[in-house]
Amino acid sequence: MSPQAEGRPIDPHYTLYHPRWYRRRVSVWWWLQNRAYAGFVLRELTSVFVAFFAVILLWQVRALVQGPEAYARFLVRLGTPLFLGLHGLAFLFVLFHAVTWFNLAPAAMAVRVSGRRVPDWVIVGLNYGAWLVLSGAVAVILLRG
Amino acid sequence: MPTTVALAVARYRPEAESEPTFQTYEVPFRKDWVVLDALNHIKDNLDGSLSFRWSCRMGVCGSCGMKVNGTPKLTCAAFLADYPSGPVRVEPLDYFPIIRDLVVDLTDFMHKLKKVKPWIIRKEDKPTAEGEYLQTPDQLDAYKQFSMCINCMLCYSACPIFGLEPSFVGPAAIALAQRYNNDSRDQGARERLEILSMKDGIWECTFVGECTKVCPKHVDPAGAIQQYKLAGAVHWVKSLLLPWGAR
Repeated sequence: MSPQAEGRPIDPHYTLYHPRWYRRRVSVWWWLQNRAYAGFVLRELTSVFVAFFAVILLWQVRALVQGPEAYARFLVRLGTPLFLGLHGLAFLFVLFHAVTWFNLAPAAMAVRVSGRRVPDWVIVGLNYGAWLVLSGAVAVILLRG
Repeated sequence: MPTTVALAVARYRPEAESEPTFQTYEVPFRKDWVVLDALNHIKDNLDGSLSFRWSCRMGVCGSCGMKVNGTPKLTCAAFLADYPSGPVRVEPLDYFPIIRDLVVDLTDFMHKLKKVKPWIIRKEDKPTAEGEYLQTPDQLDAYKQFSMCINCMLCYSACPIFGLEPSFVGPAAIALAQRYNNDSRDQGARERLEILSMKDGIWECTFVGECTKVCPKHVDPAGAIQQYKLAGAVHWVKSLLLPWGAR
């Protein structure tokens, strides 16, 4: 039914040769539209906590350089509830970071062996395997000392 | 089983409306009907003024992409039976300007597609007398997945980065560039990389991954872009370490 027939007014500025497109604006809250978008933004946010761990490490090195007293003060500060809480939170985010990126790895790594593409589960498995081995090695070094 | 189902269809009549509205139609519920059948039923029997694109009805032409209940879909492959409780919300694809009702303008994509040179580039063409460029099944397999793209634009509609940065070349165009990069007959990878490693190219992508999920042809554009990034980064490192070798 045409607008005239429906009794709606016609915009005089609209002609076939001067069409009027409707452009939608993206809402600031686009990332709450569905779970996948929210998960993506959460994954991006994990980088803040990865950076947090890096800063703590640099701080630790600085304390180490300043001598045993400074290092002892650093350790006391790390033991405060604020830092324990922050570390707990950061650990959860970094875990989320690691797991989501490991699961995405096969999309970026299209490895071909003798003409055939290596299946996704092999790539994911190798990533998790390397993670386990490296974590194990770190645990051995730390616990032995 | 219900006998009818309600379709809430987005309408935009630019000669009379300043923004889209929804109009609800009651259509017969048949388990062998897809959303496109319901739209055609509306067009033929209820309201001839409804505008939408369609052609093949079998997931080949890529014309009938729309948002069904918020998800970009080919309406020829979205069965009403999957939305029995209704109403089924049908909207034009996100992020493209709406021309009328469910019809969006794709000119922007056509420019981007041309920009990435999606054709076989040869430094020197072989004389015809020497015959075809032969390819083994494995060489075909290396790019076949990316060649399945039907330009339906569902991936653009699923990509919030394209929504936020409209100049982003986007998933389908980059996947098609990668399709030619992976083709054993092609020699244009360097040319394409120069275009796609600029602003608005592969580095705009932050790997949301939704383009791959909505792709009706399982092209995996997100994978194509990440593989492109990897190739781009390797090329950059090589040109840094071996400036003479990577030229």
